Amino acid sequence: MANKTAESISREEFFYGHKACAGCGGSLAVRAALKVLGKNAVSVLPAGCMSAVGFNFPQLCFSNNSIISTFAGTASMLTGVEAGLRAKGFKDFTAVGFAGDGGTADIGIQALSGAIDRNDNIIYICYDNEAYMNTGIQKSGLTPFGAKTTTTPAGRNIHGNIRPKKNMFEIAAAHDIPYAATASVGYLPDFIAKVKKASQIQGTKYIHVIAPCPTGWGVAPDETVEIAKEVVDSGLWYLAEYENGRFTLNHKPKEFTSVEAYLKKQGRFRHLDDDDIRVITESRDKKWEHINSSFEYSGK
Amino acid sequence: MRPYIREKTAFGFDDVPVNTSFEAGYLVTVNSGWRSIRPVVESTKCVGCEQCYLYCPDGVISIKDGKAQIDYDFCKGCGICAKICRIGAIGMEAER
Ligand SMILES: Cc1ncc(C[n+]2csc(CCOP(=O)(O)OP(=O)(O)O)c2C)c(N)n1
Ligand code: SF4
Ligand code: SF4
Ligand code: SF4
Ligand SMILES: [Mg+2]
Repeated sequence: MANKTAESISREEFFYGHKACAGCGGSLAVRAALKVLGKNAVSVLPAGCMSAVGFNFPQLCFSNNSIISTFAGTASMLTGVEAGLRAKGFKDFTAVGFAGDGGTADIGIQALSGAIDRNDNIIYICYDNEAYMNTGIQKSGLTPFGAKTTTTPAGRNIHGNIRPKKNMFEIAAAHDIPYAATASVGYLPDFIAKVKKASQIQGTKYIHVIAPCPTGWGVAPDETVEIAKEVVDSGLWYLAEYENGRFTLNHKPKEFTSVEAYLKKQGRFRHLDDDDIRVITESRDKKWEHINSSFEYSGK
Repeated sequence: MRPYIREKTAFGFDDVPVNTSFEAGYLVTVNSGWRSIRPVVESTKCVGCEQCYLYCPDGVISIKDGKAQIDYDFCKGCGICAKICRIGAIGMEAER
């Protein structure tokens, strides 16, 4: 039985034997992207879960060339890797970064902005697990409203994080980047197609992929893929692209699934009351008003 | 298609690299001890659709002769494959 997506990527594994928790969404994103890019991908990973679980000397789980960067320096190291290999005469390679949400939207945003500004020929992938997971679940700029983390605890008066999630996709797009996209590991064929597309475009590419963390989200390890699907189906995340100055929506749920059901499945949201859920639902609806009025729709 | 596991040899001071680079894909330990439940493929049911292969975060599923096959050295027993399989060809069983 032919599986079109499986046929389109390498049979080889490039991220194997890693020490990520069982069911880790970030490791699925890294694994899938490397199977698209192949053995000539040179990957850069800042401090964060994916470097922590991939490089435990002497257990080195990347079988392509890979390097750990400073926490803030994913994009600047990608710039250097690309320039260095080009100067050495290499042609057939892809410089790709895998940074967390903290590493991207907070500490690494300046280096990323600089790389996009120079239009360096790199792919930057943010695997978004919505908190600083490797240091024990602290709030980042991409932690959604209401989520409980160790720095945004849920108490009687304040119900977890009081700030909304930054929109990194549109921040990248606002640089007029050649290609930016959102994705989710719940829709893996879409993510894989976007990584493939990015690899064929010259200049800076940014892909933002939702990658649930069962440990930090408070879901069972076997729920990672479903919850990553549900965040899209409930309209709290969306699959889109930015190219040639235009936004395109790739997937339009016919009817949104329940926001409450999505939230209440997860330990980090279980404390939310009806008012909180209403705030979240209203902000979703506002977002979709914007999407429906200014994004083109590519789908069926 | 995974990198192989190195034989355990005494790791001496001389083997420690002097700089911060080292051979890629160098595996010395397995992850099987992490598992409390294990996925078991029912070969007669499996249609080889490769969905489980695509979604396994550890990449430990391959398709051999049209059937899913699991590398138990590195499977962590997360159960994602069992949920993704639409026809229920993978069951989760307790590790003994
Ligand atoms: C300059 C600097 N500050 C802080 C740290 C500590 N640190 C290591 S990983 C990490 C969390 C990373 O969070 P994120 O980027 O979201 O990736 P995740 O761990 O969630 O995959 C932090 C704070 C560091 N290594 N370097
Ligand atoms: S803490 Fe979360 S992101 Fe980090 S390895 Fe575990 S599941 Fe993955
Ligand atoms: S998803 Fe199920 S049917 Fe498809 S290959 Fe895996 S075990 Fe077989
Ligand atoms: S239980 Fe998890 S790690 Fe093991 S084969 Fe299934 S998806 Fe892969
Ligand atoms: Mg994170």
